[in-house]
Amino acid sequence: MNNVLLEVRGLTKSFGALLASDDIDLEVREGETHAIIGPNGAGKTTLISQLAGNLLPDRGRVRFAGEDITALSAPARSHRGFARSFQITSIYRDFTALENVMLAVQAHAGHSFRFWSPARAERALQEPARRVLEEVGLGARAGVPGGSLAHGEQRQLEVAMALATRPRLMLLDEPVAGMGAEETQRMIGLISTLKGGKTIILVEHDMDAVFSLADRVSVLVYGRIVATGTPEEIRANAEVRRAYLGEEIAA
Amino acid sequence: MNSRTRAIVLGTGLVLLAAVPPVAGLFNQPFYLDLVRRVMIFAIAALSLNLILGYGGMISFGHAAYLGIGAYAVGVLAHYGIDNGFLQWALAIVASALVALVIGAVSIRTSGVYFIMITLAFTQMLYYLGISIEEFGGDDGMRLAVKSQFGLIDLNDGSAFYYLVLAILVLFLVLGHRLVNSRFGMVIRAARSNEARTRSIGFSPYPYRLAAFVIAGAMCGLAGALLVNHTAYLTPEFMNWTRSGELMFMVILGGMASIAGPVLGAFALLLVEDALSGWTQHWQLILGPLLVLSVLFFRHGLAGLLFGKNE
Repeated sequence: MNNVLLEVRGLTKSFGALLASDDIDLEVREGETHAIIGPNGAGKTTLISQLAGNLLPDRGRVRFAGEDITALSAPARSHRGFARSFQITSIYRDFTALENVMLAVQAHAGHSFRFWSPARAERALQEPARRVLEEVGLGARAGVPGGSLAHGEQRQLEVAMALATRPRLMLLDEPVAGMGAEETQRMIGLISTLKGGKTIILVEHDMDAVFSLADRVSVLVYGRIVATGTPEEIRANAEVRRAYLGEEIAA
Repeated sequence: MNSRTRAIVLGTGLVLLAAVPPVAGLFNQPFYLDLVRRVMIFAIAALSLNLILGYGGMISFGHAAYLGIGAYAVGVLAHYGIDNGFLQWALAIVASALVALVIGAVSIRTSGVYFIMITLAFTQMLYYLGISIEEFGGDDGMRLAVKSQFGLIDLNDGSAFYYLVLAILVLFLVLGHRLVNSRFGMVIRAARSNEARTRSIGFSPYPYRLAAFVIAGAMCGLAGALLVNHTAYLTPEFMNWTRSGELMFMVILGGMASIAGPVLGAFALLLVEDALSGWTQHWQLILGPLLVLSVLFFRHGLAGLLFGKNE
């Protein structure tokens, strides 16, 4: 069994009376793809936001590669190897696809207090960005403004920006949300090529995606993790079926 | 529009501006020299504001503060008999940068309407400070007895001063263009466009925004030093909040997505203002609706009309 890369203990977050994360414990092992599933409003995005540092928990600890990172900001976590894709597409709409990815490269290629030479012309930013665009299948769309890309392409760009920071841990928040069947298959193919090399936390509604990609699955219901196990164990888990999956995958 | 056409447009503008002193001299109309020089000084101030407003998304409603600080740096030193222009202008730039550092350090921690109100409040403080210092004329202000002394360039020579202002304007256009396309510029534009995404890919926007705020303040401080030499009069009115509003108008009217936009905006606003005020004393009644219409119908400003949507 691999080492634990990310360890979450007692993570709790409430918004007023709503307990969005209720004493969550989670261990993610180096190299695994760990899916987090749950019904709408279960607190999946809240959990991801706390892991990425966009949101501070009320209580609990998060350790990454042995270091307590509970209080670290999102940029600081990015520099320790976190990368996040957003559920609601979050790209630079006025910048081209290439510029979007170049910015992600730039954030991890030395300091940016450089005021004179044009960033677009820097080969050290361009070449890695082009490679990543090729990798996610957007190579031919490099010069198109982010806002003019099709929805599925924007989702691919999300993943490209996360990849371009060369992360150890990717937090993918519903990467196939709103995609058609064909696009979904392409995205699943893309993520499966990343598996093994990277540790991935995958929040997803699409059960095809979850069961074809995940090494382990945790089920989140009303802010609590009710079960963690292999996809087969989760399928077989009576409590999970009652709480969430219903008859959908029993068939 | 491609870069070649743009270069032609910009080059034509530069030639026209350079031709103003000889043409005004030919027709014996020094007033126009004066007018265009004043417009260019405000263009420099508006250009500096656009770095943070247009590119950085920081809606500073107090940019006139740095016009005032630059002007006071020159005026106060001159008041105490120090008329060396290099010293005066260096102080104008450094003092503006330091004040921008303080105002920025506080205001950039906030956003939206709070940012607007804090920048306005700081500038009002400076405005009332200017009014309260009797030594420098209080709210009446005081005459600048001697203009900044530079040895080679005599600012009392109308055309020499004009060409100096033009040179600084062109220099700032080039600097601004390099800045917004540099790594630094990409970060502040990214942070304006999508802050959450920018933080997630590893940038902490605060230091970049603060640096941009300081650079813009320093540039505007130099415009203030130019302005007080132009008017030969130091007054706290340079820091009046309506002045900050005018600078914002120039930026919005001219176009925020372009380095040259605010220059167009400064020309349009001040020339229309000049023409209307010569015609009727109720010129603001006409200017107001014109501004509203331009904001409604030219979303990318005059630069958008001239250069296309993006620079």
